[in-house]
Amino acid sequence: MSNVFVYCEIDEGQVVDVSLELLTKGKKLVKEIDSKLEAVVIGSDLQNIEKQVFPFGVDVLHVADEKRLYPYQTLPHASILTKLFEEQKPQIVLFGATSIGRDIAPRIASALRCGLTADCTSLVIGDHFDKKANKEYKGLLYQIRPAFGGNIIATIINPEMHPQMATVREGVMKKEIHDAKYKGKINKLDVEKYVNKENFVVKIIERHIEAKKINIKGAQIIVAGGYGVGSAENFKLLYELADVIGGEVGGSRAAVDANYIEHERQIGQTGITVRPKLYIACGISGAVQHRAGMDESAMIISINTDPIAPINAIADYVIEGDVAHVIPKMIKYYKKNSK
Amino acid sequence: MKNLKIIVLAKQVPDTRNVGKDAMKADGTVNRAVLPAIFNPEDLNALEQALRIKDKYSNTTVTVLTMGPGRAAEIIREGLYRGANNGYLLTDRKFAGSDTLATSYALALAIKKLAPFDIIISGRQAIDGDTAQVGPQTAEKLGIPQVTYAEEIMEVNDKEVIVKRRLERGIEIVKAPSPVVITVHSSAPACRSRNAKYLMKYKHASTVTEKQDTTTDYEQLYQNRPYLDIEELSVNDIGADIEWLGLSGSPTKVKAIENVVLQAKDAKMLTGSNSDIEGMMKELIENHTIG
Repeated sequence: MSNVFVYCEIDEGQVVDVSLELLTKGKKLVKEIDSKLEAVVIGSDLQNIEKQVFPFGVDVLHVADEKRLYPYQTLPHASILTKLFEEQKPQIVLFGATSIGRDIAPRIASALRCGLTADCTSLVIGDHFDKKANKEYKGLLYQIRPAFGGNIIATIINPEMHPQMATVREGVMKKEIHDAKYKGKINKLDVEKYVNKENFVVKIIERHIEAKKINIKGAQIIVAGGYGVGSAENFKLLYELADVIGGEVGGSRAAVDANYIEHERQIGQTGITVRPKLYIACGISGAVQHRAGMDESAMIISINTDPIAPINAIADYVIEGDVAHVIPKMIKYYKKNSK
Repeated sequence: MKNLKIIVLAKQVPDTRNVGKDAMKADGTVNRAVLPAIFNPEDLNALEQALRIKDKYSNTTVTVLTMGPGRAAEIIREGLYRGANNGYLLTDRKFAGSDTLATSYALALAIKKLAPFDIIISGRQAIDGDTAQVGPQTAEKLGIPQVTYAEEIMEVNDKEVIVKRRLERGIEIVKAPSPVVITVHSSAPACRSRNAKYLMKYKHASTVTEKQDTTTDYEQLYQNRPYLDIEELSVNDIGADIEWLGLSGSPTKVKAIENVVLQAKDAKMLTGSNSDIEGMMKELIENHTIG
């Protein structure tokens, strides 16, 4: 059996969104390569966890349930997955590109000597012909991602060494229930066989995790600012506009790097992916990594002093002008014309 | 406490903020030669963490290890100017085309050659690939724990480290036994600038290859000041199996490279004038995009 596996992250007893998005993607992939979808959940107090997972069309759910396995730690989780994959020989393994997925996936890829592609923005099944070796490969996973500062889009394949592993950011894939009544099999792992004492040498002393407070992903309207906004002071205008028209505020990586806005609001390949009804890009030039996180917005307005800013090419309205002048006018005319 | 030994993994990266058209070669790989080369930003954050330990425990040795072409020796000099004790350049044509797995294999062998060590520290990721894979993969190859996303090394002794990690929605403080691999997040403090005294001291620090190009005037200098030697390590020096290096040692292959070309759609071009903005807001309200 050579199936598609998804590592499901657990946060306070819930399978996180990105894992469910990957199960949805995984279900589509298994149809194309005629295999089955399997999921792995590692943690503690996981009774009934299958209820969260099976509706996404999971055929086999592997569960490692033991007190020491939550919260996440690299070594025990990596040990369990490495051994499980050695036994099960998956064809494809998907991880969320989270601080957990990006910590564990490379460790496992190194142990299994297989390939891993980080932060994929698209996963497609395709064939490959190796001219040098005169060898045909059927049904490989094309792992597509921007690279090199977003100046290129690379398609990566792992023809020889399996599993083919990839990480994907939250929000990049869509989450869809496959069948609410779907039932798969549960494989309860005997944890003792998958970990040893040395896997627990790292101790967590303290942990402060805040609940998600900013809901950019779910916002219908996003007012986003880039480096061109010019200052944290000018960003206040964006908050004002968002407040008036009922939206959230986001920023590009450049704006986050310049400390105009907090990291939690970063939109793009290395931040959040959004699909709002309206995206107002203020002083954002539009590097491909940024566009990867917002180009499916239904409508895009670009406000930029640079008439040939790359983002203008995907915008519906291009306003050539200074953010500090244009936004107060938008607020004014919105108030004047809305009832 | 015994003397601590820290190895900083640093990478010279093309400045991806300044990529011109001639940067891509026909085979889809990057022509690094035409791009400005810089010290990978998060590796500087990592160097700072190492130097802070040295500030506290002066008998600490900070070694910079980099893998790359000859000109990557610049990274080691940058490290020396800021307070590192010495550096090694892992360089060989046979490394060319290595993906993260092959790179971590080579780095792990080089690190073993420099053993014993207490802490291996690097940036979380390099700006040319943004993969964040080499740190964890090097840790796995060395068979030691990893602490990723470090924001601060809070305490260190000869047996363990206490590290504050920056996660997506919070922080975690962990205690890990050494030797350990730590990768540093960009939220960690920026690296100090060059120190004028070290700049003078290490200005002529060079690899063997670089020395071949200098004039004989410096021969005496290098003889008297052995600390100016930047040692080069080759595939043979680290005892690597070439099957595990370069393209043959890399499970990931680049199937296709697409340059980013933007497709323009029909946009309404507006100025910032009152009538233009009012017209747009009216349209947005009318078609229920807002309001």
